[in-house]
Amino acid sequence: MRFNVLAMIGSVILQFLGAVGRLTLFTGQALRHCVTPKFYFRILGRQMLQIGYFSLPVIGLTAFFTGAVLALQIYIGGARFNAESLVSSIVVLGITRELGPVIGGLMVAGRVSAAMAAEIGPVRVTEQIDALTTLSTNPFKYLVAPRLIAGATMLPLLVLVADVIGVFGGFVVGTQKLGFNVGTYLQNTVDFLHADDVVSGLVKASIFGFLISLMGCYHGFMSRGGAQGVGRATTNAVVSASIMILCANYVITELFFAQ
Amino acid sequence: MTGQPKISLRGVHKHFGPKHVLRGIDLDVQRGQSLVVIGGSGTGKSVMLKCILGLIRPDTGEILIDGQDVTRLNNRDREATMNRMGMLFQGGALFDSLKVWENVAFGLIQGKSMARDKAREIAIAKLSQVGLPADVGELSPAELSGGMQKRVGLARAIATDPEIIFFDEPTTGLDPIMADVINDLILKCVKELGATTISITHDMASARKIADRVAMIHAGQILWHGLASDIDHSGNEYVDQFINGRAEGPIQMQVRKL
Ligand SMILES: Nc1ncnc2c1ncn2[C@@H]1O[C@H](COP(=O)(O)OP(=O)(O)OP(=O)(O)O)[C@@H](O)[C@H]1O
Ligand SMILES: [Mg+2]
Repeated sequence: MRFNVLAMIGSVILQFLGAVGRLTLFTGQALRHCVTPKFYFRILGRQMLQIGYFSLPVIGLTAFFTGAVLALQIYIGGARFNAESLVSSIVVLGITRELGPVIGGLMVAGRVSAAMAAEIGPVRVTEQIDALTTLSTNPFKYLVAPRLIAGATMLPLLVLVADVIGVFGGFVVGTQKLGFNVGTYLQNTVDFLHADDVVSGLVKASIFGFLISLMGCYHGFMSRGGAQGVGRATTNAVVSASIMILCANYVITELFFAQ
Repeated sequence: MTGQPKISLRGVHKHFGPKHVLRGIDLDVQRGQSLVVIGGSGTGKSVMLKCILGLIRPDTGEILIDGQDVTRLNNRDREATMNRMGMLFQGGALFDSLKVWENVAFGLIQGKSMARDKAREIAIAKLSQVGLPADVGELSPAELSGGMQKRVGLARAIATDPEIIFFDEPTTGLDPIMADVINDLILKCVKELGATTISITHDMASARKIADRVAMIHAGQILWHGLASDIDHSGNEYVDQFINGRAEGPIQMQVRKL
């Protein structure tokens, strides 16, 4: 019995190490193909549209309500130590530094990494990857590199939009419901904001965008065994992209904080 | 007939995990020849083609194309070799996200950097060669019947006028008339392009029509290899059983009796 437990732990660890190794190799290869010719601009453009433009409604709505609820919560919580006046500055810091990138990243992860795994999975299981190779096209350059580049460049733009809409959400609640003066609210928003806050959020967004595409492509590439395998790959892509975003978020914040 | 073979395999072995699929394949194909490979399901025919194409790396053995060992090429040389080969995949393997004509023109646009307009013209000409009208070019592969998809796959395989073409079950799933059209087309490829072809088929009518030579693969080895005209008196009971489609004989299918 005890040996069974040990064997189980061992096999879990081996599987984990195997997965880490595969992912590392995959990432290395993908990165190399992102920076060496040739480049498929047509596909890059389509992916940018897919990730950037078509995520706008989702991003806009979530950002608006996040900003709005943040304003309410800070007002309520702040009342305990007479800090209601901090609403506008905490909203802008919270949105640009944390909530914009993280919530934006998670929403896009749900949309995009699932879609990528669902696109690439069938390409894998129906020999289309082999067909690409026989037609002198490197599957990494054609399928993976454009998606990674599109993810890393479009997410910061989306988050910038999310920042603006999120702050606006807070502004609406602050001025319409909580009775703040419009001029003061805006003044406080601008006064407390540093360029660093926005920049750190955008750096995060870019890394999140990369991770989202990476997970979508990786799980699509690794999918095996027909439609069921592809279904599993899409779920795995979303779950792993979300976890990686949250972990990376902490690590990046730590790094910015240390400076 | 003699001289350097276009393709030659020497002692090619391939395992997948514990499964020993290819167990020492030796095979020569001369330039401009049409070889048909026959053999039971799951004996490794498709794996053998993928090894020659460089999609699967054999465990041991040599694969020579024009005398050059392609199992040890770097990426750039491999790509150059790929450029000279075309393949019709068993399952079609058309790109779902592209239109039919873009599928056919893919090797021209991506591999040979041809302008889209020109590639499109060629693609439509190739489609008509396989009996498909130009308006099919605007459809997506999912909108085609199985037989049409096969023909598009064929058009894609020959679009770049490759020197070596592999056909993995080109006539499976086609009606007998279309199957014969495809047979004629394969013959034409060999004659006009001077291409060297290896075809896999279970369809003996097709095999007799397109083959110069026939090789029979069984249990990961070439059991018999000879002229197509000799196939009816090969003196090999495996070949006899296969071409006559008999359940009884030396080849035992892995099925349990009811
Ligand atoms: N990529 C792979 N990984 C693992 N096993 C594989 C792989 N490709 C093929 N095989 C196995 O190798 C064996 C031979 O497969 P192959 O596709 O070459 O058969 P085949 O001779 O083409 O059969 P069919 O006539 O049915 O197409 C099969 O048992 C298959 O399961
Ligand atoms: Mg096969």
